[in-house]
Amino acid sequence: MASGETKVMKYEPVIGLEVHIELNTKTKMFCRCNADYFGKEPNTSTCPVCLGLPGALPFINQQAIEDCIKIGLALNCSINEKSYFERKNYFYPDLAKGFQTSQLVLPIAIGGWIEVEDAQGKLTKIRINRAHQEEDTGKLTHRDGQTFIDYNRSSVPLVEVVTEPDFTDTFQIKDYAKKLQQIFRYLDVSNADMERGDMRLEANISVRPVGQTTLPNYRVELKNINSFRFMAQAVEYEIARQIEAHEKGEKLVQETRGWNEDKRVTYVQRSKEEAHDYRYFPEPDLPILKMSATLINEMTKAVDTAKEKDPVKVAEKLVSTGMSLASGASIARNPIKLAIFNEVQKEKSVLDMDWKDFGNFIANREINEENINLVPELTKKQLSDFQSRKSGLISNSKELEALAQEVIDENPGMVDIYKSGKTTVVMALVGGVMGKSGGKADPGKVKAILERLLG
Amino acid sequence: MKLTLEQVKKVAKLAKLNLSESELAKYSEQLSKILSYIDQLNKVETSKIDPTYNVTGLSNAFSPDEIRPSLTQKAALFNAPQQDKGFFVTKGVFQEE
Ligand SMILES: [Zn+2]
Repeated sequence: MASGETKVMKYEPVIGLEVHIELNTKTKMFCRCNADYFGKEPNTSTCPVCLGLPGALPFINQQAIEDCIKIGLALNCSINEKSYFERKNYFYPDLAKGFQTSQLVLPIAIGGWIEVEDAQGKLTKIRINRAHQEEDTGKLTHRDGQTFIDYNRSSVPLVEVVTEPDFTDTFQIKDYAKKLQQIFRYLDVSNADMERGDMRLEANISVRPVGQTTLPNYRVELKNINSFRFMAQAVEYEIARQIEAHEKGEKLVQETRGWNEDKRVTYVQRSKEEAHDYRYFPEPDLPILKMSATLINEMTKAVDTAKEKDPVKVAEKLVSTGMSLASGASIARNPIKLAIFNEVQKEKSVLDMDWKDFGNFIANREINEENINLVPELTKKQLSDFQSRKSGLISNSKELEALAQEVIDENPGMVDIYKSGKTTVVMALVGGVMGKSGGKADPGKVKAILERLLG
Repeated sequence: MKLTLEQVKKVAKLAKLNLSESELAKYSEQLSKILSYIDQLNKVETSKIDPTYNVTGLSNAFSPDEIRPSLTQKAALFNAPQQDKGFFVTKGVFQEE
């Protein structure tokens, strides 16, 4: 290159994601062993099918198939009328059968999309290639030159969602993962907890000069990364590494890399030379799946109902009470805050509530409690905090009246005493109202209201 | 249908078999014969026939998602050549996965 001439070649990443989701069915994919392996003694939830013993015959878990259809529908996929399982052959002791039962040619769901946000808030459509049904593997522990195998997880239902290479930055990846997690949770098909391994992300990354429309002739697969944060860091690192390699004129190769948390670098796990040859073929022991229109209608309805729990939908409803968009979105994503807000809406004593103010108030509160059973208590506290903060003294007589009525209803004994002539007891009731108002009421005014209500 | 030596080596590798040179030559010939025999099927006109994935003719053979008893740990490990504290044990496989 001549001196003075600056090289202005710019590169852009091309990223596709594969997400594995472990379903929360009671039983495994092809046998009726308990699928809940967490914290169990090793090899206590197995049978001839999930141990791959000769002659064992698999049976398809109906719930898992329905869950997979729902996932497909929620991701705007079409459901194949006909679908079947295939054997993905490989020798590795995490599956005793010598193959994983998966899907290749006719997966349950194909051709969907989802919109994700980039750092600027711009929405991009990510195309979903497929959502297919398969099974998890056993758990291996390597120690002292030996491998210890627990097959409790072997054959637990997994759904794999594969996108086209449509991502261009890590913000979109995080948004995608977050949205998938929300979908799996509102569909109630998985807990989608990454740390526990319910949801596993793999990214395929390559880098090409801006303007090039064809895909690069290599891709690096990032695997075995168990949190959003680490995945984002690994992707950032990999983009930078690949751009640098391009600029130095180095050749990039097809390989699998992992993330080293301590060194904060990606490292080679497997190169192309060892690439697998899975020799997929149709599973002869499992009859094909035929998706009737009735079944698909039923599943579509179930998805539509579940979508009401979608944080986006919930946020829309909240915003319609007058609160800001940000407050609505924040409350919708926090189950405890949402429960408190709904509880207050049911409360009759807050007739002339300023919902706009209250929504924004709740959205900005720090509530770290996660126990849903504590919602009634939390609600009382938030409500009284809100009311006392809103005004030094409660001037609204309707609000005071409501509190006074509450105290009257809660103390029939004192009311009787009052009515029998001992009117000084009214001061005890005033105390009750003062307590409820958090000391923010004018006792004289409260006394007058109580006397009026007691006739 | 003649298999090349390279193809036989690949099949052996996928099957995790270590074959000597003489075995490679022998299996190459035997495998080729088997494939030629099966190759006769290619003469049958099948363009208008749906592939048979399953001979039962069944579809949607589902089982409800209800837990049934599993094997005991002892029964599961009964035929394991090597076991330790409830785990199956093998020679170390240090493939990073
Ligand atoms: Zn089983």
